[in-house]
Amino acid sequence: MVVTTGWYLALGAVLFSMGAVGLLVRRNPLVMFMCIELMLNAVNLTFVSLGAELGDLGGQLSVFFVLVVAAAEVVVGLAVIVAIMRRRSGATVDDLSVLRG
Amino acid sequence: MEPAVFIVSAVVVLSGALGVLLARNPVHAALFLVQTLFGVAVLFVLLNATFLAAVQVVVYAGAIVILFLFVIMLLGVDRADDLGIEPIAGQRPLAVVTGASLLGLTLVVMLVAVDGSTGVRAANAALGDAADNTRRLGEALFTDMVYAVELTAILLTVAVVGAVALARRLKGPLQPIPVEAVAAVPADEGAPDLPASQDPSPEGRSPDDTASGDPA
Repeated sequence: MVVTTGWYLALGAVLFSMGAVGLLVRRNPLVMFMCIELMLNAVNLTFVSLGAELGDLGGQLSVFFVLVVAAAEVVVGLAVIVAIMRRRSGATVDDLSVLRG
Repeated sequence: MEPAVFIVSAVVVLSGALGVLLARNPVHAALFLVQTLFGVAVLFVLLNATFLAAVQVVVYAGAIVILFLFVIMLLGVDRADDLGIEPIAGQRPLAVVTGASLLGLTLVVMLVAVDGSTGVRAANAALGDAADNTRRLGEALFTDMVYAVELTAILLTVAVVGAVALARRLKGPLQPIPVEAVAAVPADEGAPDLPASQDPSPEGRSPDDTASGDPA
């Protein structure tokens, strides 16, 4: 039994779909952010496995930049969540559907 | 050996992802996320991406999840989420259908329709073995991609400044600084003012503000 690239691609697809379902189902903004991280990780896994198959360093380089952007995104997103939660604690995303100033 | 490692880490990854989806408590969800991230790091090692495996553990599991936990503790939202409430009728089944079709689509495209990858093999940026993976990545990042690296540095700086600006606790409603006041103060006189006005804010203001914020 040999582990081919297809195995990694399938795992990445499953992980991405689970992250997408979580993003649609969960109501806590923090958990929704975690689901976005799951999707980013699935894409990273796909990048690295395809890079390994093609012998290309570009896959790993892309993952590097995805990591940096993910870190920046999490920092800003959590700051937004903190700013929102300070105003109305225990808010779910359903309570935030009306964007008025 | 390799199939066993793959299967075990795939189980770890998928069960962690399932935990993130189903955990009622956000703290538990964050810990399940760590499990998934570690599993992905093991898969990176299996794919000879040793540097990324280390970065995955240090940055993701070490920094991002800790940030999540900090925010959970800071906001006190670590109580259980009521998963029984379904705010929009039919949201859950629709979400599952969407996820299943997404999965089917990606699987068909990636595995059946095009039979794996369609790209050409790399001509210049060859992937080394695990031993000099880090050296090759560093060389590529700081020669070919140096502008992209500089841009990500700017991005991180902007993100940090933006996060501080967003999460800062304001005393009253936002008020623009009068233009005359800015223009009147010379540059070297304005500088010593800053630390004095900022000093009491972290120590003196936060306790009574949280106290007054809780009942509201």
